[in-house]
Amino acid sequence: MIEGIGYAALVISFVLALYGAGAAAFGAKRSRPELVESARRAMLLSWPMISVAALAIIALLVAGRYDIAYVAKVTSNAMPPYLRVTALWGGQEGSLVFWSWLMAAFASAVGLRQWDRDRDLLPWVIVVTMITLAFFLSLIIFFENPFSRIWITPEGAQTTALFQPEGALAAAPPDGQGLNPLLRHPGMIIHPPMLYLGFVSFVIPYAFAMAALVVGRSDDRWIRVTRRWTLVAWLFLGLGLILGGRWAYDVLGWGGYWGWDPVEIAAFMPWLAGTAFLHSVMVQEKKGMLKHWNMLLIILTYSLVLFGTFLTRSGVLSSVHAFAQSAIGPMFFAFIGVSFIVSLWLLLKRWGELRGVNQINSMVSRESLFLLNNFLFIMILAVLFLGVIFPLVSELFTGQTVTVGPAWYERIVGPLFAGLLLLMGVAPLSAYGSSSWRTLGRQLWQLVALSLVVPAILLITGMRSAAALLGYWLATLVAVVTLYEFWRGASARRRRHGESLPVALVKLAGRNRRRYGGFVIHLGVVLMAFGIIGIEIFQTETQGTLERGEQLTLGRYVMVYEGLTRFNTSDGREISRAELSIFKDGRSVGKLFPRSDFYFVQNQPMTIPGVRSTLEEDLYVLLVGWEPIGQDSATFKVFHNPLVNFIWLGGAIFILGTLVAAWPEREPEPVRRRTAQAQALAAGD
Amino acid sequence: MGRMMVCTGVLASLLLAGVGTVQAQDEQPTDDQVNAVAKGLYCPVCENVPLDVCPTPACKQWRDTIRDQLAQGWTQGQIEQFFVDQYGDRVLGTPPATGLNWLVYLLPPLVFVAGAMILAGVFRGWRKPLVSTIESASPDDRYLERVEEEIRRRG
Repeated sequence: MIEGIGYAALVISFVLALYGAGAAAFGAKRSRPELVESARRAMLLSWPMISVAALAIIALLVAGRYDIAYVAKVTSNAMPPYLRVTALWGGQEGSLVFWSWLMAAFASAVGLRQWDRDRDLLPWVIVVTMITLAFFLSLIIFFENPFSRIWITPEGAQTTALFQPEGALAAAPPDGQGLNPLLRHPGMIIHPPMLYLGFVSFVIPYAFAMAALVVGRSDDRWIRVTRRWTLVAWLFLGLGLILGGRWAYDVLGWGGYWGWDPVEIAAFMPWLAGTAFLHSVMVQEKKGMLKHWNMLLIILTYSLVLFGTFLTRSGVLSSVHAFAQSAIGPMFFAFIGVSFIVSLWLLLKRWGELRGVNQINSMVSRESLFLLNNFLFIMILAVLFLGVIFPLVSELFTGQTVTVGPAWYERIVGPLFAGLLLLMGVAPLSAYGSSSWRTLGRQLWQLVALSLVVPAILLITGMRSAAALLGYWLATLVAVVTLYEFWRGASARRRRHGESLPVALVKLAGRNRRRYGGFVIHLGVVLMAFGIIGIEIFQTETQGTLERGEQLTLGRYVMVYEGLTRFNTSDGREISRAELSIFKDGRSVGKLFPRSDFYFVQNQPMTIPGVRSTLEEDLYVLLVGWEPIGQDSATFKVFHNPLVNFIWLGGAIFILGTLVAAWPEREPEPVRRRTAQAQALAAGD
Repeated sequence: MGRMMVCTGVLASLLLAGVGTVQAQDEQPTDDQVNAVAKGLYCPVCENVPLDVCPTPACKQWRDTIRDQLAQGWTQGQIEQFFVDQYGDRVLGTPPATGLNWLVYLLPPLVFVAGAMILAGVFRGWRKPLVSTIESASPDDRYLERVEEEIRRRG
């Protein structure tokens, strides 16, 4: 019954999406506003309909209806209710429904905005969002149905289908396989929704961009309308990446937070394109330039959103052969190709009308530096794209798979990220239009001199890594320049309004949220850079097998093995937990309990580190082996991760800055009201 | 005399090498020595998880193999080649610079140079006078005219 309602809701949503796209396009072509309005209503209705489908899945998951194949795959009797709910995005079928639900929610939110000034864009925004939604719904309805039931055929084979195959009998296993243990971490529960929110939000600026191309609007209205959408998309994608990093650090047990895994990179690529876009739209708004480039960037971002979802959903990452076996792989591939080609065709059609009206006067003007920033972002993107697809290319042409691992990525993108840090340090001091080397140099040299203090101190205190010294200098330069900008603005306010420094800073940020929100983001990036350099260059590790009472030393730390306990839990785990006494510089600093959880149903171990965490460093201990009988000896892998917590701290500041930049500002008053006010003032009213 | 010195030298080298091997066999490699080699290897099953941190039993067996090979005096290169011979190039952390793999080493600098040249061209183009461009921007002008007309009418 519930599965029937859910499936019907999906089918109705699919029909609504198709109707919405068709009616909007037809209404716009034939100038029939009533059809466009009907399409808008269809768009608004799609969200409640998909909500019904999503709620139906959740009801089945919570009720433990193991006769439904998806429920049997991602839940089990031992799972608590909250994990059953989050299992909605724990598997292929459910996550596609979740993606569509978010897409419909964002489309509805767009449909509810005031369209007075952009009535001409509305039908084409509906077309783009509804085609995207229809595509995802088609994948669910025709290939990845979450409501399919388990059947036993007359031949005794197990199959899944929504409707009863001839002669087949319904089957309901007493228990399910349960959610992958790796996905039960709080970070992983929130991480996918954040990534999906980021992915889906980027569809909105893309839809507006395509609408502007279709109707031939060459102004920057689409950018102004979607600025907040873009920031929200960027915020969620950034948050998703940070949470993903934290999850990897806590759960995957390799001592790091980022492994240059294709799935990670798939989420990072749209973020990179989106970051380039966020910078370059400022040039279009200020100078009327880079119109083509901004269109290209948003097309690229949208395509990368689809590509990211394709990579993680098609099975292509495991092998190109899995691509052919996966039903949705070719569909995704075709949709990405068609949408990319159509978008480029629209752009080429309007190429002449999008010509900028300004020119670059100086190589060190703000717009030039933003262009350089975009160049570096796109270079990083190109490198990551190559790294992700090369194993597939190799397998396709030579039949041999290769691994493109962290060493390759770090060697190539490291210098490019350093270039970005340098630009972050220099660009805030340059002006739009006609900055010269001399004026920029005059502003910069004292700040550069100040920033050199940090690497100088590090050098004197014994740091000899050239890469680390360079990285710390660049990060310090960004921090110094950014803080100087805050100080300069706040000082001006204090002189003018007599405000205290904290009040001046708050009001300064409030007056120009975008600029100062951006600076807060830069400060977040600085802290993250400190953390990344710390762990990447100065991480140390050791491994050893200890008898009870024996010790292992890493740097200033000594760990003494006290013993190991093993016990079963009610949720189907066997936990092996070691106890270690930790000493730093000879002084006891507490105990750590690294453990290994073995999940019986999934036959899967999970290594949970014991971590002593301070702002300065983490001592990260993994239990990697033990004597099964007696537990007299155990093997530990220990990492010393300097400054790693700066990454999380910087991430939090990064999110805060994005919130400041995205916080709604009052819309400029309409011309009519301003004119009326001016007349009233002139009349001395 | 010269030949005798060469023979003595060769003999001494062989003896020293033999002593080295015997020493290597006597000493059991530490976990850190094993992990230093394993860090650059990937097993074909556990994708994208370096061998030194992979918790599966299969990867543990690989590490035991590395330990035995180190104990026998094998070098890191020999051990890597052993795994490549057994399982193919995918066990290495980076593609070996042969055949099609050259693409991953050549394309990034080539794309960078091409991108830089395009960027330089764009900069040069933008620094030219824009007279013809402004003339061709008629749709914008028409749009602006319409906006100004609307403001005049409403004002």
